[in-house]
Amino acid sequence: MELTTTVNGETRRADVEPRTLLVHFLRDHLGLTGTNVGCDTSSCGACTVLIDGRSAKSCTVLAVQAEGAEITTIEGLAGPDGLHPMQEAFHQCHALQCGYCTPGMVMAAVSLVEEYPGADEHQVREGLEGNLCRCTGYTNIVKAVLSVTGERA
Amino acid sequence: MTVTEEPTATDGIGSRLLRREDAKLLTGEAKYVDDIQVPGQLWMGMVRSMMAHARVVSINASGALEMPGVHSVITGADIQEWGLFVGALPCAWPVTEDMANPPHWPITPDVARHVGDIVAVVLADSRYGAVDAVEQVVVEYEPLPAVANLDQAVADEVHAHPDLGTNKAFTWAIDADPDGVQAAFDAAAHTVSARFVQQRLIPAAMEPRGVLAVPSPYGGDITLHSATQVPHILKVMVAATTGIPEQKIRVIAPAVGGGFGAKLNINADEMLAVALANRLGRPVRWTETRSEAAGSTHQGRGQIQHVELAADENGKLTAIRVKIDADLGAYMMLITPGTPLLGSFLYHGVYESPKFSFTCDGWFTNCTPTDAYRGAGRPEASYLIERTVELVADELGLDPLEVRRRNFIPADAFPYATHSEIAVYDSGNYPAALDELCRIMDVDALRAEQAANRDDPTKPLLGIGFSCWLEIASFGPPGSLEGFGHLGSWESGQVRIQPDGSAIVYTGASPHGQGTVTTLAQIAADELGIGFDRISVRHGDTATVVQGIGTMGSRATAVAGESVKQAAARVVERAKVIAAHILEAAADDIEVGDDAFSVRGTPTRQVGWAEVATKSFQNLELPEGVEPGSLEATVHNAPPNFSFPSGAYGCVVEIDRLTADIRVREMYLVDDCGNVINPLLAEGQVHGGVAQGVAQALYEKMEYNADGQPLTATLIDYLVPSAPDLPEYVSGRTVTPTPNNSLGAKGIGESGSVGAPPAVVNAAVDALSHLGVRHIDMPVTPRKIFSILYGNGGDAGDTAGDEQGGRP
Repeated sequence: MELTTTVNGETRRADVEPRTLLVHFLRDHLGLTGTNVGCDTSSCGACTVLIDGRSAKSCTVLAVQAEGAEITTIEGLAGPDGLHPMQEAFHQCHALQCGYCTPGMVMAAVSLVEEYPGADEHQVREGLEGNLCRCTGYTNIVKAVLSVTGERA
Repeated sequence: MTVTEEPTATDGIGSRLLRREDAKLLTGEAKYVDDIQVPGQLWMGMVRSMMAHARVVSINASGALEMPGVHSVITGADIQEWGLFVGALPCAWPVTEDMANPPHWPITPDVARHVGDIVAVVLADSRYGAVDAVEQVVVEYEPLPAVANLDQAVADEVHAHPDLGTNKAFTWAIDADPDGVQAAFDAAAHTVSARFVQQRLIPAAMEPRGVLAVPSPYGGDITLHSATQVPHILKVMVAATTGIPEQKIRVIAPAVGGGFGAKLNINADEMLAVALANRLGRPVRWTETRSEAAGSTHQGRGQIQHVELAADENGKLTAIRVKIDADLGAYMMLITPGTPLLGSFLYHGVYESPKFSFTCDGWFTNCTPTDAYRGAGRPEASYLIERTVELVADELGLDPLEVRRRNFIPADAFPYATHSEIAVYDSGNYPAALDELCRIMDVDALRAEQAANRDDPTKPLLGIGFSCWLEIASFGPPGSLEGFGHLGSWESGQVRIQPDGSAIVYTGASPHGQGTVTTLAQIAADELGIGFDRISVRHGDTATVVQGIGTMGSRATAVAGESVKQAAARVVERAKVIAAHILEAAADDIEVGDDAFSVRGTPTRQVGWAEVATKSFQNLELPEGVEPGSLEATVHNAPPNFSFPSGAYGCVVEIDRLTADIRVREMYLVDDCGNVINPLLAEGQVHGGVAQGVAQALYEKMEYNADGQPLTATLIDYLVPSAPDLPEYVSGRTVTPTPNNSLGAKGIGESGSVGAPPAVVNAAVDALSHLGVRHIDMPVTPRKIFSILYGNGGDAGDTAGDEQGGRP
């Protein structure tokens, strides 16, 4: 099945099996391996990307469902001026250790802050419920996100 | 915003440096094993037994072989016929001479012994094609009676390995003075006994395991990329298992997404990928799915603990007798029989050594094998003693903190010789840690709130719990790791000065999130007098790192860091000789710092590291007796002993009276890991360890049903906590440096998982103690609490009302 979609600002065309998951399309077909697979039950959020600006678990989206959409992956976040403020905040706050959950966590956090610019600690924790991290215990992740909401609010 | 520091020229020990590792992880540039694609690769799919114990009667691969893109299907009979393996999967630690160790082949030739045991593999040319092919392989099984849990194993009527005639694999004991122990019990004013459950846990690193073996058929060498914590050990074991000579094997641990011990093993998939790639001359790869992991990666814990403790009329512990039944699973993996024993020296914790007896029986079950998981034997030990002192306090009507204080090993008693010459506690100040905890945690205010809440039915029940815990780190002194089947007890550190005066450090540690690169660069910068930004650290590739043991047992900073420091010191001594030659001074008068060498007393007489480094390669520039290329040193440092981190944790839980939901509201963490190289990273390690400890206390349990079927194989059923499930942490510190290394650093990676579970369970019990509750087994679930509040209540070891019958 033919697919035309925009990924990190670039139009991509492909012919994929209809059952191809978006995460596998990004990783295996486009070579954008930043987005990770951590589970097979939509539980962990490591695969989180933005679809038309809103966070989505790309393991639970078929590639062909992204027809005509604009997808942003972790590779599309940093710009010519350097890291995105959320990436920088994670760095400053030591909000990552092994890094495997990090692309999905950052994308979810970017979306969270977009939707809830004044989110408090409780709301940040609730908002990130769909993104599991095994290394950090979340404390520093919450600190990082709050440092960005604090600047936005 | 966290206070952080940008690196300066000589940032070193003690700085809260941000991590060098972050940039490639934050941008998706880092390559984990599934990110590495190779032309012509074959995807391996595993046909796994869906039965806990069954004879494999037949395997019909015809349907799979008809599918386009399917290369082959390989069975256990095939690998035997081909002689694909010269050795079975290793158990490196035979804990007793008569320990049973039934063969564990990468594909079982005859009988499947746990759900997930591999009975065949398929090779296909695509990720999805391998999945399709696996589904088409038809296996006929003859079911056999299965040992589904530890209770059944101990009853020893059904056998996991029928030809062994028993499920008991070994009995291991420390029992030097049984008469003394019994006499202490006979004379005791008070005796307390209990049964505790250490439930099976799934380590659940966020990155599933994976492998990619790339052969070079005409070149002869083979490269194995694996999500591993132990690339060098894996290399040795690949040779031992496949027969491929060691000098032709290269193992690479790429970016690895967490390990926690689960990636410290020698796995069927790794051996199959290498052996098949070598045989076929094509790359072979496999990536674990999360659901697969419950049967394809070893699990943690899995014990029933029996404790008897004797105390005098003042609550002073006089004797402790511990009996452990350990659930080994279906096979001995790398250190399966040893992990329950690793804490055996800690069972009296931070308290003065009472008379001591420890016995562990290891039992086979038809479940996934167990092996190391964060803490590996020490969480079990600290949990047992920290729960038991609470029972003693209860028995004597004393404040549990008071009982602890009466028994603490005093601060002036170190090094403290315990009953075992292996366990000499290096340093510690347990009263000070508890004092610090009580300083940051307002216990009086919490007790007042607890009392007020008890009387107010609209308020949640509050529980306050403590643990004064002890841990073993810095694995390990000479003899120890050899005993675990490793090559030796050391870690390698190599420093190579580059011609421009920068440095490359090579370490045998194999980090997977710990920030070891940043830490070692800090240590090297401090010792070399070279700026942090001019030092690179490399790890994980057996082609470039001389030898290594790997990252485990909280040893990277303490053991690998010390190696790097010593190697750097040797390089500095040699560099001073060259600098002295350039400056026409005596080498003893040369100092180093800020990227330069100077003469003591006349700082204007200076030569930069760059000039010294360049000249170190230039024969005509060197003094008599100095060879070119001398600014390189390799150290295989061995710590003289284990180190013993300790700490005091306090936990506040809230129980909702209506729903019986239990939450940790506050967590206070005082850690003593000796000197701290990077406080930012040390705190992060504790945060993560505590999260896993809270999870063991409240949320996680690997469940098997009566047929040995895993019931919690997905992240829907297995409750890895998410952000709303965990509290903010309040961190504190005491520092008792270890004499075991020149850094004074003990290690901290596993401390959180050791200290947290008893603090949380003590808090939960405290919340319900007014109802007569003295113990609740982990995980302390809402269902158990509901049963206590509204049902038939609970007592020590009670699992009434627990889902699925509550088996460890």
